[in-house]
Amino acid sequence: MTNLVLIVGGILVLTVIIALVRVSSLVSVARKERTKVDRGSNRINGALLLIFLIVSGLVTIWYSTATFETYNLPLASEHGAVTDRLFWITVAVTGFIFILTNILLFYFSFRYQYKAEKRAYFFPDNNKLEIIWTIVPAIVLTLLVFSGLRAWNDITAKAPNDSEVIEVMGYQFAWATRYPGKDDKLGDYNYRLIDAENLFGVDFSDRNAHDDFIPRELHLPKGKPVLFKIRARDVLHSVFAPHFRLKMDAVPGMPTQFWFVPTKTTQEMRVETGNEDFNYEIACTEICGKGHFSMRLLVIVDEPEDYEKWKAEQQPWLAKNPGYISKIPEEMRELAMINAGISLDEK
Amino acid sequence: MQVYHWTKNNRFRKQQQKEDDTIMATADIHVAEGTHHEDHHDHEQSFVTKYIFSQDHKTIAKQFLITGIFWALMGGMMSLVFRLQLGFPEASLEWLRPFFGDWITESGKLDPEFYLAMVTMHGTIMVFFVLTAGLSGTFSNFLIPLQIGARDMASGFMNMLSYWFFFLSSVVMFISLFIETGPASGGWVIYPPLSALPQAMSGSGLGMTMWLIAMVFFIVSTMLGGINYITTIINLRTRGMSFTRLPLTIWAFFLTAIIGVLSFPVLVAAVLLLIFDRSFGTSFYLSDIYIGGEALPNSGGSPILFQHLFWFLGHPEVYIVILPALGITSEIISTNSRKPIFGYRAMIGSLMGIAILSFVVWAHHMFVTGMNPFLGSVFMLLTLIIAVPSAVKVFNYLTTLWKGNIIYTPGMLFSIGLVSFFITGGVTGIFLGNAALDIQLHDTYFVVAHFHIVMGSAAFFGMVAGVYHWFPKMFGRMMDARLGYIHFWMSFVGIYSVFFPMHYIGIAGFPRRYYSFTNFDAFNSYTDLNALITIASFITMVAQFVFLFNFFYSIFRGRKAPQNPWNSNTLEWTAPIHPGHGNWPGEIPTVYRWPYDYSKPGAKEDFIPQNIPFSETPESNLPSETESIKLEGLDNGDAIIVDDAKE
Repeated sequence: MTNLVLIVGGILVLTVIIALVRVSSLVSVARKERTKVDRGSNRINGALLLIFLIVSGLVTIWYSTATFETYNLPLASEHGAVTDRLFWITVAVTGFIFILTNILLFYFSFRYQYKAEKRAYFFPDNNKLEIIWTIVPAIVLTLLVFSGLRAWNDITAKAPNDSEVIEVMGYQFAWATRYPGKDDKLGDYNYRLIDAENLFGVDFSDRNAHDDFIPRELHLPKGKPVLFKIRARDVLHSVFAPHFRLKMDAVPGMPTQFWFVPTKTTQEMRVETGNEDFNYEIACTEICGKGHFSMRLLVIVDEPEDYEKWKAEQQPWLAKNPGYISKIPEEMRELAMINAGISLDEK
Repeated sequence: MQVYHWTKNNRFRKQQQKEDDTIMATADIHVAEGTHHEDHHDHEQSFVTKYIFSQDHKTIAKQFLITGIFWALMGGMMSLVFRLQLGFPEASLEWLRPFFGDWITESGKLDPEFYLAMVTMHGTIMVFFVLTAGLSGTFSNFLIPLQIGARDMASGFMNMLSYWFFFLSSVVMFISLFIETGPASGGWVIYPPLSALPQAMSGSGLGMTMWLIAMVFFIVSTMLGGINYITTIINLRTRGMSFTRLPLTIWAFFLTAIIGVLSFPVLVAAVLLLIFDRSFGTSFYLSDIYIGGEALPNSGGSPILFQHLFWFLGHPEVYIVILPALGITSEIISTNSRKPIFGYRAMIGSLMGIAILSFVVWAHHMFVTGMNPFLGSVFMLLTLIIAVPSAVKVFNYLTTLWKGNIIYTPGMLFSIGLVSFFITGGVTGIFLGNAALDIQLHDTYFVVAHFHIVMGSAAFFGMVAGVYHWFPKMFGRMMDARLGYIHFWMSFVGIYSVFFPMHYIGIAGFPRRYYSFTNFDAFNSYTDLNALITIASFITMVAQFVFLFNFFYSIFRGRKAPQNPWNSNTLEWTAPIHPGHGNWPGEIPTVYRWPYDYSKPGAKEDFIPQNIPFSETPESNLPSETESIKLEGLDNGDAIIVDDAKE
């Protein structure tokens, strides 16, 4: 019933509109106003363009300043300071061009409206002008490119040797992390060894793997270089840590990496933002399926000494999953237990 | 028979003259076989050959336009569906159950996979079906023969096939919306492995297969069209229509077609390899994958390879979308400013620059994919270079408006809107082209804002501007201007309200293609802004219904169009109000001058169409043009060569 009413109502509205349009066009034909340029609507449109410029300009300025805190994410990494500065320089440069050209566009549109007695100025070309506005943008862009290149090269340079190496792996739909343990070496992996227990497919025939640990949360030391070794298990994912200005895709079959230096602990950030519950997070920014929007990993940045303490408390994965030892090749078992700190008696 | 320059173009003209200069000399090779000769009335044609399997470029253009409008509605509606989810995540969408059935969950929410399906199909439909087929298909087909003075396309039959392959593609894509596992859902870029593995998401099953098949048909359509456009422009220009006298619309369509013909085949390759990976167990894109509880045997493939292949088309594709729009607005802005387009040659040069550079910037979509960072540096450099010709175009538009005598037709308003979008979206490209800044901004709403403004909305405005401007030529009637103004203002304000706020959301780091932001502390803001965007998108959509009404109403009941409603110089307005098959009864007009003689000092009117010889306008001729009068009568149109000699 309601559908019927809606349909009938819709048809009525449509008929009314048709009638109105018909009347208005008949009236205008009768007045013969459309044979010449319609000065009235021309003036209205010209004025509206100018009004649009002014109103939208004011709203933009107001919103950009009033909500600066909301969209300007707090920063917590060394390279982020460089890219943030570059970002705001680019905002200034492009903002200037943006404002200038939009003002000219709408002002000209308003200023040079049709007048029957007037003739437009015949001005087909001017090479000097063309050269100016080819070269000036070229120079400005060159400057931006070179500052960008320098930043990019620094960011993508080889990680320092003393970096904390941490493996971050994406899978549908979560992140998992693996630390190298006491030997500071991540063990090998093989995707064919992945099963319900062995999330990473860690290959325990590699002795470096025995003491690797897999914590629930990601802990990072403040002020030390951290190297993420990034991989994916099933489809593409992308590690995005907004506060660290860090993003790198996780690709199955092709490990990627990103190194950075965290500059503020979680605690410091809580004080700075005035938010008791502040936490660093990692999100996924490459569409990966149904749960794409829910791939959250909690990140905690500690003072270096707290970090070391936390690391020392972690148990190797093998020690937590002693059942898995039976799957390790016979000759490696004993070594694995020693490396993982499992007392041999438990066997 | 004296000739100053013996160009290819002239040689063709010579041949024509030998063929006894009758009416049909120019183009009867291609005026639909079987119907032609003698004169150009509409011949007895059955309904099917006239309206369905038509080989007439004007009918085919209308077919593309109507199909494009249908898809634009579909794509627009889909965006409303996912905007509802983003703007009002708490609201119950139970009322959509009659349309979407089980895709509405029991709690009355949109299914997250369906959300992704909508996002994916919205992108695919808008980029390919609306802004490629709908835009190029409509205006290249309609305007190329009419503006260069040809009877029809080089091959009417291929042209017809081009439309019907597009139709076939549309049918397959449309059906894929209704299958149980849902349409393709892996984003319009369909990156494998997500798109290659049916176990990764339900949309990667049959829906993906149909997507791939539809795309292959679509590319066939684009190729058939593109080859036709190029051939027609090179070979079928009327006497006097040298390349330096082509309207900028034609230049834009020409370069667009070249880009398309060179880049689309690469997508076929990418798609075929993906089909192989999906169905025949190859490993082009797959390696080391553990999914659904088992390790797949594939090894050695690279998902990055697909991205390279995809973006080798994908990036030129955005220029395939925007160049025709820029061509259309160049024409409309010049006509309605009553002023020559400023820097005609610079405009052509920048179009060429953009066309060439568009092939060497693709990897700027891939800065953070794990691609070698050195490649990132190279592509960053090349990408930012492309901003230069784009900037030149903007400054030329502004100078064209300066001291003009501007008439606000709806087409003109939409063209000015396009320039504004092109600026706004263009400057954000400078952020994203910078690899160091892209680290943070990649795949956030900043990107969404950028390309929706610079490519989506700008090209859409170009398309709409073209419809308003050439509607009288298409249907012999005028669209209602007032409804056009309403349409413009609602769309212009609406689109800015939708996409401008997304910059802030993007700078704040919100990732795109997220069903909901509540899982993250960092993204748990901006609910108000998201609601505003959703409301604005609904208003924008309502405005499109105003257009639709105006469009269909005016086809049947619009005011009758005069011969040359906008006092324009280009050749299409010399054809009859209802051009028949073959476009001009009798001889095709000869062209004597460039298309932008608006408000020429001394001239009686403020426009001088291209087919008016200089001998008829002694009062406004420049010295070199007076020279050429001597040659006008001599050799049927070879006078034009003087103009070339001048350069």
